[in-house]
Amino acid sequence: MEQVERHTISVLVDNEAGVLARVIGLFSGRGYNIESLTVAEVDKANALSRITVVTVGTPMIIEQIKAQLERLVPVHRVVDLSQDGPHVERELALVKVAGVGDRRVESLRIADIFRARAIDSTNDSFVFEISGSTDKLNAFIRLMEPLGLVDVSRTGVVAIARGSKAL
Amino acid sequence: MSEQPMTGSEIAIRALVDQGVDVIFGYPGGAVLPIYDALFKQNSVRHILVREEGGAVHMAEGYARSTGKVGVVLVTSGPGATNIVTGLTDAFMDSIPLVCLTGQVPTHLIGNDAFQEADTTGITRPCTKHNYLVKKIEDLERVMHEAFYVARSGRPGPVLVDLPKDILMALHTYSGQAIKVQHKRYQPRLDADPDAIDRAVDLIANARRPLFYCGGGVINSGPKASELLRRLVQMTGYPITLTLMGLGAYPASDRQFLGMVGMHGTYESNLAMHGCDVLINVGARFDDRVTGRLAAFSPNSKRIHVDIDSSSINKNVPVEVPLVGDATHVLEALIARWKAKKLSPDRKAIAAWWTQIDQWRARDCLRYAGSDSIIKPQYAIQRLYEHVKDRDVYITTEVGQHQMWAAQFFKFEEPNRWMTSGGLGTMGYGLPAAIGVQIAHPKALVIDIAGEASILMNIQEMSTAIQHRLPVKVFIINNQWMGMVRQWQELLHGGRYSESYTAALPDFVKLAEAFGGVGLRATKPGDVDGVIAEMIAVDKPVIADIQVDQTENCFPMIPSGAAHNEMLLGPDDEAKRPISEEGMVLV
Repeated sequence: MEQVERHTISVLVDNEAGVLARVIGLFSGRGYNIESLTVAEVDKANALSRITVVTVGTPMIIEQIKAQLERLVPVHRVVDLSQDGPHVERELALVKVAGVGDRRVESLRIADIFRARAIDSTNDSFVFEISGSTDKLNAFIRLMEPLGLVDVSRTGVVAIARGSKAL
Repeated sequence: MSEQPMTGSEIAIRALVDQGVDVIFGYPGGAVLPIYDALFKQNSVRHILVREEGGAVHMAEGYARSTGKVGVVLVTSGPGATNIVTGLTDAFMDSIPLVCLTGQVPTHLIGNDAFQEADTTGITRPCTKHNYLVKKIEDLERVMHEAFYVARSGRPGPVLVDLPKDILMALHTYSGQAIKVQHKRYQPRLDADPDAIDRAVDLIANARRPLFYCGGGVINSGPKASELLRRLVQMTGYPITLTLMGLGAYPASDRQFLGMVGMHGTYESNLAMHGCDVLINVGARFDDRVTGRLAAFSPNSKRIHVDIDSSSINKNVPVEVPLVGDATHVLEALIARWKAKKLSPDRKAIAAWWTQIDQWRARDCLRYAGSDSIIKPQYAIQRLYEHVKDRDVYITTEVGQHQMWAAQFFKFEEPNRWMTSGGLGTMGYGLPAAIGVQIAHPKALVIDIAGEASILMNIQEMSTAIQHRLPVKVFIINNQWMGMVRQWQELLHGGRYSESYTAALPDFVKLAEAFGGVGLRATKPGDVDGVIAEMIAVDKPVIADIQVDQTENCFPMIPSGAAHNEMLLGPDDEAKRPISEEGMVLV
């Protein structure tokens, strides 16, 4: 079997009703994987949204995913950031940790090392905001587990190509 | 610019007229009453009242496939819309351009589980090329024209426009400008990359065992593509095979045509596919019914693939030279480049290849054991072909054994003459499709080659044929079994014929008469010619019940999971080649 690869794909779409359902339906209907998916309007004047989807598959499947996305009528552009050169990826997480005493102090110390910010605090809990690569977020969350991790909310990956060129 | 405000219904009909639509297939209901009222007050668009909405879509498909125009359907909300899902999926799989207008509950009731409400755009999203829910009257004119543009551009397909009742009654002006506006984004590419054209012609010229493998894309591209294909194939002298959807794209009577390829294709086509060194695919999609076991598919060939849909390329089978573009444009470019480079085929190698192919041909793979006492299904179709071949004839089919025999024994010389459900395999397609064809070609002879099981799935459309005086002929190859199901049960499931026998068939002669048509019956070989002659002579809808051999199977056959060089040629082969475990899980 061919090697399975992880690709980050940016999709510029018309911001119209049903467009996200079209993209998600394509992935589920054809049996492709979605590791993460984010979407938001990026150009109000032209009503364009940008979808960032992280997927895994063999090179043939990745090619198919891109070709199938390009077939959708409201899709403007499909760019495979993983293939087209250097790019940066970021994800944001809100991490709630409940605890008192040493565990509470330790969670603050680790948050400091990871440059996470406490954005909410009670006497027995923190909510940390952390951004960075998916790996960094995973590592932070793992470290919080024994310190009273109770809740996590993550945005999924957003990504953009390095350099001066636009999508 | 029309200054007078019009209702949404009038705008929708005006857009149809401006798109050149003169006939639509539909069924009224609460949500579309305003459009039906507007239809009543005009004479430009003819409405064909069907008996069930599913029939309307297949009629529009038959109309579209036989004319190259967009077929149009109008149905109501809820059950009207859900009944067309099969037809939409069928048109999506076979790339048939349709515009389907569905009624919807008024915008303020959407999401309230109102009477006859269904999430039509949600349900049909995966089975349409695109769909729209019109929520503002200002959008209606643009959406109507965009729907036609999307349906016929690039790889054609069905487009659905969902029309809430309040939008149909709202007032707005009709600018007349939207028809001219190009779609802001959807601009399919028509011309292939010139470098790839260059590589393709070199590969074609240097081939020693080449094969053209062409499909429905050639037909969808228009009659000119078929002419160009003929020119290119004859310039090179190479053999050509066609898919089920491609029949008619190249004249079947020509010596270079090897017959259909695939599961029930000819021995010579499939072995040429297996043995070729250069495979030139124009407008076909390496469907599993064509490729057989992928790992063993055409193992020594370099492949050229012409397709307007880039997602068809490298989907199942990797290709060396992809040519993304419209078949007409690409064939034109290939011929021009071939001439400019003064290329010529390797005559010696090609002569040797033909010698090989002629040996395969000599197996006469469509041969079957004839009978004096019982009608062989192949015989019935052969006789039908002999009776009608010199006429202006269009053939539709249902799905199953009779469909494969029709594909094998009926010879098509021109495109747009053969309407069959290829990708989806929809039983019940043939009769409504024939009605759609007859509407488009009132003087032509239109025959649905049917099975007795399939025909019952949309038999109610006989009533439509009677109402609109459409003399379609239903030629039933009646073996009292779901023949293809029975064949697979025989081959794969130890002859346990689970639920494949129809124990209580109607009397088809009386059934035809009950609808107001003419019923005919043949029970022995001597009856066949007379029944066919009478069927053609009658100027009314006819059901001809041809009672054939109940045990006949369709050969040749590549069993699922097998390769092209592992064909079953006839009943004697069945026992020798049991089907693999892997083959059994495939469909």
